[in-house]
Amino acid sequence: MFQDLNQFIVSLIGKGDLSDILSVVVYSALPLVLILLYALVAILGEMKISAWLQDRLGPMRTGPYGILQPIADMLKLIQKEDTTPKLADKKLYNAAPFIVFIGSYMAFAALPFAAMYAGARINTGIFYIVAVSGVVVVGILMAGWGSNNKYALLGSMRSVAQIVSYEIPAGLAILSVVMIAGTMDLQTISHLQQGGLQNWFIFGGPKSLAGFGGGYAWILTPLMVVSFLIYIVASLAETNRVPFDIPEAESELVAGYHTEYSAMKFALFFLAEYANMFAVSAIASVLFLGGWNSPIAGFLDAPWMGAIWFIGKAFSFVLIQIWIRWTLPRLRVDQLMHICWKVMIPFGMATVLLVGTIVTFLAH
Amino acid sequence: MEVLERKMQTLPVPTKVIPAEQIDPKRLRTEEMVLNVGPQHPSTHGVLRLEAVLDGELVIDVVPFLGYLHRCFEKHAEAMTYPQVVPYVDRMDYLAPMNGELGYALAVERMMGIEVPEKVEYIRVLFNELQRIASHLVAVGTFGMDAGAFTPFLYCFRDREDVLEIFEKTCGARLLYNYIWVGGLSHDLHPDVLSMCRAFVKKSRATHKEINELLTFNKIFVERVANIGILKPDVAINGGASGPMLRGSGVKWDLRRDDPYSIYDRFEFEVPVGTGMMGTLGDCFDRHWVRMCEWEQSLNIIEQVLEKFPQNDKTDVQKAVPKRIKPAAGEIYSRVETARGELGYYIISKDNINPWRVKVRSPAFVNLSLLPIISRGYLMADLIVILGSVDIVLGEVDR
Repeated sequence: MFQDLNQFIVSLIGKGDLSDILSVVVYSALPLVLILLYALVAILGEMKISAWLQDRLGPMRTGPYGILQPIADMLKLIQKEDTTPKLADKKLYNAAPFIVFIGSYMAFAALPFAAMYAGARINTGIFYIVAVSGVVVVGILMAGWGSNNKYALLGSMRSVAQIVSYEIPAGLAILSVVMIAGTMDLQTISHLQQGGLQNWFIFGGPKSLAGFGGGYAWILTPLMVVSFLIYIVASLAETNRVPFDIPEAESELVAGYHTEYSAMKFALFFLAEYANMFAVSAIASVLFLGGWNSPIAGFLDAPWMGAIWFIGKAFSFVLIQIWIRWTLPRLRVDQLMHICWKVMIPFGMATVLLVGTIVTFLAH
Repeated sequence: MEVLERKMQTLPVPTKVIPAEQIDPKRLRTEEMVLNVGPQHPSTHGVLRLEAVLDGELVIDVVPFLGYLHRCFEKHAEAMTYPQVVPYVDRMDYLAPMNGELGYALAVERMMGIEVPEKVEYIRVLFNELQRIASHLVAVGTFGMDAGAFTPFLYCFRDREDVLEIFEKTCGARLLYNYIWVGGLSHDLHPDVLSMCRAFVKKSRATHKEINELLTFNKIFVERVANIGILKPDVAINGGASGPMLRGSGVKWDLRRDDPYSIYDRFEFEVPVGTGMMGTLGDCFDRHWVRMCEWEQSLNIIEQVLEKFPQNDKTDVQKAVPKRIKPAAGEIYSRVETARGELGYYIISKDNINPWRVKVRSPAFVNLSLLPIISRGYLMADLIVILGSVDIVLGEVDR
């Protein structure tokens, strides 16, 4: 069996310049293809799930059971007129959607989709993802300022305050895992969690390896569950989803920072939002739920099958995000900040402290 | 208002460069932002325009601008005969036309001294309470949507659909009925209507419970709506508030109980008032809670109507409709309790087939006038929730 995709390509066409070029193309294009396909499925899921939650049918006319509706919507967005407000700051206004999309697309480079495929194996993988996700903030601020629209400006200011604040509890939650694993490389973190459910970091990490606590690792479970919950809530806030969708609060700010955008630029914001949803869900599954590992050792765990487990786990989080969106009301700005600074950060700090203590004194 | 006064002082702009340590913080100046909300904003419940003066996100002042839906109803009414006014009455409070029609019909009937058959009275009360529920369903649903919860809105509309079906079966119209006439009704009840009402009451009680679980006692929702938009009882009375807005402030005043019209004195029902159960008396939660309770009370009234309804009474519902409506010279002020509050008609007759003057005291208009008072000092997000809690219908505000 091939250890990674590169070897697979080499075995097909032999090692040479051609195989190198092909590897680069395949490695970089795969996430983009995945984002596009996933966005279509997720948008349809959002439409249908919201409809089922609300006693409706959802789209039914485009294709059987309306499954072609996202494609129709996308075609519609491509055809629409690309408008720019007269008094907008043209450079910022036009660059913003691309920066937002690039920010969320770049995160996909370091995601370990399977044992044989991760776009780029970076030894500070999770750190890299947290860093490039920060680029999204710049794009949002540019969109809000460049639109020269008060609603957009209010929305982008809220969004920046929110994302910057919630990166802290998310970072603290990530830190707990990094401390146990002793690495930031997402592929290594995934490898550590091999061998079934009990080795996942939500249950305290690998039990068999010396140096990671062995049987003691079980006592980390409650702390890791807290970390996991903190990460899930913070990730909802980072992707601007309900109950933290304050930046684009429809009833207050019309559409927030993308009020003035139309056609493909709007589609890019939309795509970035969905890509972001997937990215944070994928990180949650890598860090806490074993990434591409099967929950039972030896059950469907061929190297390529990891991709199915990985996407399946990430997608179920996306579904949970959709479910939450159509159930809960929205928080207010000050309440959002209250939860972040006065609830989640203290809890996150305490978890980091306790996990650190346990790892230091018991594991070694 | 202190904030505003402080901001209003124009401070001289320094002309030369001052070192940072010498700058007096009091001389630094920030500016308010005037945000135009509406008339095409998703949460203004129609075509209302608000001019909000914001300091960051803090609302310093808000001024409602009206008139985008003005249709000269009062002037129109002078050019028409008395029965011709009824369809125009529908178009005022288009979420509760039955309530508006009853008010107009009662006013003219009182001027002419018409007694309507008992069966007609029962149907009027039945339909008025159904209408009140339908209207409160929209109010509760859109209020939830203002707070960011989308799903309860559709549950509310699903139930409202049942009420509209009952009305459609009776008079053929779903929104603007022209059903309650001066002296009678346009159609008798369809034979199915009573059983449909019974089914509706049963279903609606379940929805009431569901909305309470999903929305009213949702922690996030309570956090959002409690302790904001506080309307003190004395301010409410002095400002002329009525309906759930007044009762939310704890004032027990309901025209159905305190100035009974039609046959409301025959039914037992409670007048729910706000108690400040989740925060302060008269906050947005209290107004929402009063609407939820009134929904339940209306269901109680409907059950009593269904119980007492004279089913074997074959009286023609148009028996008391006069051939020629021409009240003697005089004037009348007649009022009813609609879903939004006290709807009053002041009609002057000069012994003609046209009214000489029809002045409407619309509850939504008066309630809206209190919006600036109750929304100063809260955040922009709260302003939208407070506006939602007032539950305005622009057709009635502008007329």
